Amino acid sequence: MRDRTLWTWHIGAGAVILVLLGLHMVIMHLSGTLGFLGVQDAEPTGWASVAARAGSLFFTLTYVALLGAALYHGFYGFRNILMELNPGRTVRSVINVGLSVVGLALFAFGTWAALAAPGAATMAGG
Amino acid sequence: MQTRGHPNRLGIRGWVGGGRWGFERYMYTLHRLSGLALLVYFTMHIFVTSTRAVGPDAWKQTMSVVSGPLFTMGEYLVFAAFAFHAVNGIRLGAIELGFAVGRPIEPVYPYQTSVGGQRRLARAVLMIAFVVALWGGLDFFVWK
Repeated sequence: MRDRTLWTWHIGAGAVILVLLGLHMVIMHLSGTLGFLGVQDAEPTGWASVAARAGSLFFTLTYVALLGAALYHGFYGFRNILMELNPGRTVRSVINVGLSVVGLALFAFGTWAALAAPGAATMAGG
Repeated sequence: MQTRGHPNRLGIRGWVGGGRWGFERYMYTLHRLSGLALLVYFTMHIFVTSTRAVGPDAWKQTMSVVSGPLFTMGEYLVFAAFAFHAVNGIRLGAIELGFAVGRPIEPVYPYQTSVGGQRRLARAVLMIAFVVALWGGLDFFVWK
């Protein structure tokens, strides 16, 4: 695929991350701000909250979308940094294939976790 | 990346110096460093949060390991890195799409440059990132 197309996807993934990671940061880390807005979640990393989010289709879908966008954006950015160092043809191929394989493996693992979490929550009675 | 006539001879050294560069060059360096740091954190985060798929005991055990003041500070640094990387990324995207670059004009004395508008945008980005990071700091450490 041409670099221009990959770069366009890189910017598009950045826009997706901006929205979804912003939402994630507010929900998981800005509980004081949420309190001001009248939304209270006592302990976002507590099992009850985790199980509730795992059972939500919205959270599952946005988690997988954020996972894919962040992995693509991050690994493509890392690839560009490495390519700027003028590696030889063989090293370029190793970088391209290696980062693609690692990125896809992480996406598969993260997606498995997102899809298996509702089952774990149900079995635990969450 | 190999470019016609302008090969990258400085390599990583070029991130921190190599000419009479404005502070936007160091924002570029910070953008890369924050991006790499976020990528490393995100990779670890995938493994840590995947324990929710195993069950509540595994989750609680993992959370007990990654809690405490040191991890709170680490999470805040991730938040601050995200704040800078996101706002600066919007700036880079805007400039790439032609915003804040200015219209092409005839090179007639006294010459005008588009750097002024871009510099104002860069300063605004730094201020917004600082305010967001400050807001996050208050929420992380004061309002909890």
